[in-house]
Amino acid sequence: MSGIRIRNGGALTTIQDRGRYGAMAMGFGPSGVMDYKAFRKANALLGNKENEAVLEATLLGPELEFLEDNCFVLTGADMDATLNGEPVPRYQAVSAAKGSILKLGFAVYGVRAYIAFAGGLEVPKVMGSVSTSRKYGLGGLEGRALIPGDQLPFQCPKKKLRHMERRKITPPDFSGKEWEIRVILGLQGEYFTKEGIETFFSTPYTVRSESDRMGYRLDGEPVACKETVDIISDGTVGGAIQIPADGKPIILMADRQTTGGYAKLGAVITADLSLLAQAAPGKRIYFRQVSVEEAQRLLIEENNRYKRLERRINRWL
Amino acid sequence: MEQISILVAGDSAVTVEFGNCISPEINRRVTGFCESLKASRIKGVVEWVPTFRSVTVFYDPVKISMGKLSERLQGLAGKMNVIRTGRKRVFYIPVCYEEEYGPDMCHVMEHTGLSRQTIIDLHSGRDYLIYMLGFLPGFAYLGGMDERLRTPRLASPKTRIEAGSVGIGDLQTGIYPLSSPGGWQLIGRTPVRPFDERRQKPILYDAGDYIRFVPISGREYREIEIPCNAGNYQCRIEEI
Repeated sequence: MSGIRIRNGGALTTIQDRGRYGAMAMGFGPSGVMDYKAFRKANALLGNKENEAVLEATLLGPELEFLEDNCFVLTGADMDATLNGEPVPRYQAVSAAKGSILKLGFAVYGVRAYIAFAGGLEVPKVMGSVSTSRKYGLGGLEGRALIPGDQLPFQCPKKKLRHMERRKITPPDFSGKEWEIRVILGLQGEYFTKEGIETFFSTPYTVRSESDRMGYRLDGEPVACKETVDIISDGTVGGAIQIPADGKPIILMADRQTTGGYAKLGAVITADLSLLAQAAPGKRIYFRQVSVEEAQRLLIEENNRYKRLERRINRWL
Repeated sequence: MEQISILVAGDSAVTVEFGNCISPEINRRVTGFCESLKASRIKGVVEWVPTFRSVTVFYDPVKISMGKLSERLQGLAGKMNVIRTGRKRVFYIPVCYEEEYGPDMCHVMEHTGLSRQTIIDLHSGRDYLIYMLGFLPGFAYLGGMDERLRTPRLASPKTRIEAGSVGIGDLQTGIYPLSSPGGWQLIGRTPVRPFDERRQKPILYDAGDYIRFVPISGREYREIEIPCNAGNYQCRIEEI
């Protein structure tokens, strides 16, 4: 089997799918893609199954060689990708002949780019998922980032897909100095003072460079607690907003642990996690409070949009 | 009637709280609730994570609303007195406490003022309740360690602790299921793998089970290691 060979691994490129679910009670954090919307759209444009493995590139993308013909899609951040030296569009299916070199550079805006291949990659599953957890050393390729020489086979490569020119959608815009991220209050919200919560929702927070797949660390006005931020460790959720002793929020992301001992004032809504995953260090964030109902409505709408895209593409198969 | 609080945890999960302290009694309610949840097969519930004194229930908001789910969960808690878990499962984990296997034993002896044999006797002499699994796959938070064994974590954590290492961190004790950096004082090692992907049940035990450490010699360690690495070893399990 051929597939692709990595010539340069970039800053951090790992194999991911939607995540490892069903094993959290055993202590497995879910891992999986950070930008779920970009992931789903990439697979949909190729007519792949929703949960096919993709490559997630971070800040500086990889360089890879196609060892056989196949089609691919780039989504997420714009990394000035070229195919054999020619610029390659994002959010559009592209055909690559055997011997082609796909090279991703530095992210212009955004942080994470996704490379999906028609038919997906052949990767062994761990506890039902191919997602890489570097912390546990499990999943993906040997539980680690990709390095030069790594070879990943295709499951079912396609030299060309039907109606290639129609397999495209408008890419999102990750520019802008300030973003609004929506939050649902809850969990240990009552551990914090009224002023603390007001501060959280009215002042900007800046993404620090220490942010990673485990959590986003933010700089800004400390959020004041009433007595303590230590709790008896309980369950975490994606987007949970932990406030440690210094009052600076940490937002738990894909590689989070399943349990934690810091008070959480609530969680970023699932629909906004994909956007947050594209916030580069230095991005200013304003948080806005929304209800569970509104957050769920957004999720359902997003799901409907995705289904429509899927149906549109699959009509041609 | 079971008193519970249901906390909103974002748009796709709720946390059901049974109390606000660490006690075997509250933890038994957590375990009992999980059993009820499993039996109920509520449509839209994806999975749940039991912790010391709460359960976080993950659901698909496309399939069930938070209101409906909360209603069902309250109902389960209300019926719980009837559905009570009776059984207690104890896993006997062989541990070698010899020098080569417990690099920080001397430090624990120094700090506690206890002899090596006393430390081994105290550490292996009781059943530890698994309050929850977290931190790493299969990492068991154990309760009930004898306070005399209490030793602070290492000032500088090690960059790599071998899988199977058994340690003490302040008032806690446990087994590292995977190689990992860590700050606990290592007093022994088990050849048993708490996490083995090849097993039908990859993680040996569940929250709510008990662990008892069984001292073995270095020679026995090396003997048991072979079937453990091959994925064939079956440690002794007692259901009481």
